[in-house]
Amino acid sequence: MKIVIMGCGRVGARLAGLLDIEGHDVNIIDTDAYSFRRLPTEFGGNALVGDGMDENSLRKAGIEDADAFIALTQGDNRNVMSAQIAGHIFKVPRVLCRIYDPLRRELFNSLGIEAFSPTTIFAQMLKEKLETEPEEAK
Amino acid sequence: MYIIVIGGGKVGYYLARALLDEGHELLVVEKSPARNEFICNELGSVCVRGDGCEVSTLTDAGTGRAEMFIAVTGEDEDNLVACQVAKHKFNVPRTIARINNPKNEAIFKELGIDVAVSSTSIILESIQEEVPTHSLTHLLDIRDKGLEIVELKIPADAKTVGKEIREFSLPPDSRLFLVIPEQGKPHVPTASTVIQAGDQIIAVTTPESEEALRTALRGS
Repeated sequence: MKIVIMGCGRVGARLAGLLDIEGHDVNIIDTDAYSFRRLPTEFGGNALVGDGMDENSLRKAGIEDADAFIALTQGDNRNVMSAQIAGHIFKVPRVLCRIYDPLRRELFNSLGIEAFSPTTIFAQMLKEKLETEPEEAK
Repeated sequence: MYIIVIGGGKVGYYLARALLDEGHELLVVEKSPARNEFICNELGSVCVRGDGCEVSTLTDAGTGRAEMFIAVTGEDEDNLVACQVAKHKFNVPRTIARINNPKNEAIFKELGIDVAVSSTSIILESIQEEVPTHSLTHLLDIRDKGLEIVELKIPADAKTVGKEIREFSLPPDSRLFLVIPEQGKPHVPTASTVIQAGDQIIAVTTPESEEALRTALRGS
C-alpha cells in the first residue's frame, strides 16, 4: 500500500516506522524538518518538508496515487482540513484522522471522516484498567 | 438578523462594528482575553471568549438560531472547521469564511462553505490597480466558466498605437468588448477600430491567454 502520513510527531514517526517494516510505501510530511529525527534510523520511506494543507505539497508526497492518508498533526483543524482535501479533492480511498476534541470528532465522523479521538480512547482505557485487578508485577 | 462572527482581530472588529451599525444582532467569539476586553469596551457586550470551532462554545452562543455565520480568523483551517461545525451541527443557512491563502478558495467551495472571501487576493488586486506600470488589471473572475474580465491600458510607446485591431493576433479565447479613450465616449471596438495611446480596453480572456493578450495589444 502507498501511504501518506501528515505530521511526524511521536505517533506519526512510530506509525511510519511500523508500516515501513511491513513493506509499505510510506511518505511522511511535516512542516519542520527537525521532526524527522524521530523516524527510526532504518526508515526506508520518504520524508518531505511540506504543509499537508497545501495541494502542491500533498502532490509531491504522492497523494494522487496513494491508497491511504493519515492526518496526525497537533492541530485538530489542520487534521480535519487536510483529511478532507485528501478525501474530497484527491479521492484517496482510505483517510484516517486524529481529532483530540471528542465533540468535533463525533461531528466529522458523521460527515464521513474516519476520525479517532485519543482523548476518548485513552480515558476509556485508563478507566477500564482501574476497574480490573492490576496485572502481576513481573 | 442574528449573525455570529468568529475571530475578533482587525477584520472581525471592523466587521462587527459595520454589522451593528446596520442594526443586526451580533456576537463575536474570540479566544484572546485582551481582544475580548477591547471589543466589549468599544462595542458593548457583544463578544464572548471561546474557541469558535468548539461545539460547546457555539451552543452557548445560540448558533442554532443564527442566520449567518462568518469566520474571519487568521487561520484558514480554523475558519473552515468553524463554518463546517456551524453548517452541519447547527444548520446555519449561510456560512462565510475568510481565507488567507488564495489557493484555498476552490477547496473551501468544494467542502461546502457558501462563500469564501480571499482577503489576500482582494488586497493584491487593489494594489495592482494602483501600480501604474502594471498593464493588466483583473476586474472580475467568472470562475465557473474559467474566464476573467480584464482592463488594459495602452501606453504611449506601444507598437500598436495607430493600428487597426484586425492587424493584431489576439488569442482565440479572448474578446475585446469596450474601448474607453482618454477623450471622448467609450465605444465597442470593431476590426477597423484604431488603437490610440491612453486607450483603456476592457476584454474577456482566460488566465492562460492573459499574457498573449497583453503582448498582442501592446505589441511587445
